[in-house]
Amino acid sequence: MLPALLFLALIAAALATPLLWREAARWRKARAVRRAARSGPLDIPLYDPGRERRAEQRARELLHSCVNDEEWAMYRDLGFIRVRGKHARRQDDPERGPAYAYLVYPHKPIVAYVPESGRLLSEYCVEFPDLSRDSARARLPASDDVLAKWMALTSDERRVIRRANMHLVGRQLDPARVRRDLWRLSEWERRRHSEIGAGHS
Amino acid sequence: MKPGQGEMLVAEGDPEVREDEERLIEEFRRQLDEGMWAAVPTTRRGSGRREALMVKDYAEIPVDAERVIFFPRASGG
Repeated sequence: MLPALLFLALIAAALATPLLWREAARWRKARAVRRAARSGPLDIPLYDPGRERRAEQRARELLHSCVNDEEWAMYRDLGFIRVRGKHARRQDDPERGPAYAYLVYPHKPIVAYVPESGRLLSEYCVEFPDLSRDSARARLPASDDVLAKWMALTSDERRVIRRANMHLVGRQLDPARVRRDLWRLSEWERRRHSEIGAGHS
Repeated sequence: MKPGQGEMLVAEGDPEVREDEERLIEEFRRQLDEGMWAAVPTTRRGSGRREALMVKDYAEIPVDAERVIFFPRASGG
């Protein structure tokens, strides 16, 4: 009789073990939550999902306040800015415009091209890294990146081009896409000039 | 302009007030010592084209400049 009772007790214990285990885990978890609540707010920094969006909004406002109306409208409508090259400008015929220009994209290489022919010259890979150790992988908001390139090119073109890594177009940017952007730019300028002309007449 | 954070106000003041100017000069030097470039957005006389003026010394800042923008130095990407 006794062995049978012991056998039944063993079976009951074996069946109850998962329930007891689950209850113990639940109790441990509840205790951890209570301890965390007593110790105050979490030490780890909370991720703010709106921070980058707000930084980009501020960057757009800053860019708008620095460039002229045409450049701002170009960036707003097309997503890039054209900066005229300062060197090798034709002295005999300044009305014909610059001999070369750049397309400035956010977080992409600067593209040099010939406005008259649309010939793509080269792409200049340049970035503006954080020099402090704690945020080595952080990068500027997109519109700040465009503004930094615009300021660097319009103030000291030689220096920024000298620091950049130069490649033929096609290493990072698709040449077909750049040509399409040049076509979009010419269409955009044509429409803009006709609208301005209509506004004056 | 700071990577990961975007635009931040580092200092402001009236350069004609001595205490303000000393603070602005100190902050200008600190930013350049940290490896930043400093530029002033301006309008070119004659053409009216907008451009930036890179400044390496506080004395180079145009007297009518409303702000100086500091941004990280360019490097090959």
